[in-house]
Amino acid sequence: MYAVNFLLLGAVMFGLGVFGVLARRNAVAVLMSIELILNAVNVNLIAFALMNNSAEGHVFALYVIAVAAAEVGVGLAMVLMIYRNRRSIALDELSTMRG
Amino acid sequence: MIAADVNVAQNVGFYIIAAIMVYAGLRVVSTRNVVHAALWLVTVLGGVAAQYVLAAAEFVAVSQVMVYIGAVMVLFLFGIMLTRATIGAEGDLNNRNWAMGIPVALALVGVMAWVIIDEYGSSTIAEPETVMPTEAISDIYLREGLVPFLALSFVLLAAAIGAIVLARKD
Repeated sequence: MYAVNFLLLGAVMFGLGVFGVLARRNAVAVLMSIELILNAVNVNLIAFALMNNSAEGHVFALYVIAVAAAEVGVGLAMVLMIYRNRRSIALDELSTMRG
Repeated sequence: MIAADVNVAQNVGFYIIAAIMVYAGLRVVSTRNVVHAALWLVTVLGGVAAQYVLAAAEFVAVSQVMVYIGAVMVLFLFGIMLTRATIGAEGDLNNRNWAMGIPVALALVGVMAWVIIDEYGSSTIAEPETVMPTEAISDIYLREGLVPFLALSFVLLAAAIGAIVLARKD
């Protein structure tokens, strides 16, 4: 297995996720793009664990999975609350805090 | 030229799964239907789990399937259903100036690919003899990783309570 395989796959997934975060207007779609970014990081962690034949990368990946689950729970609760208050989850309409 | 310690079948499997994942990822960030985006995301996450199996990380692969495909995607679909009256194509899923994301993402991927190829361009990973034993992972969790593990429990507890408080109607 070439070492660049996993790392390049992670880089491409990260780029796709960054594009989604920048381009999307729907808050749920932005959260999905963040999942893409977190998975790209996880692919890299597993690849480095494989390179060094160590279990520590796996432990980090599992931490990331757990934190991502918590993040999605809180994020979607916030999206639901915003939807209830404003009848819309378009992110560019949330400009109340603009200076 | 194929290096001596490269397993061709493993690489072919990797490239097939990676092609599916990249196409599905493109659809996640480009489709006009947010439900379709969620279902394409399932494809990406399943592909990630398959790559973990190829990388001899079976425990992480099973966790990925259970947590992401099992729990997180259900949450996403609930979120979509609860915040969208219309199921179907929508014109306003993207920002007005969404095209600015393309050069940013391309520049980012270009820089990262350059660095990765510069550093790891010719190196190969020796094929592991066995999958990573789950005992090795649990040993780290219950020894040097115990304090972060307990902290993570509190993070999950706080997230659960916070989600209930935020989403509750009153």
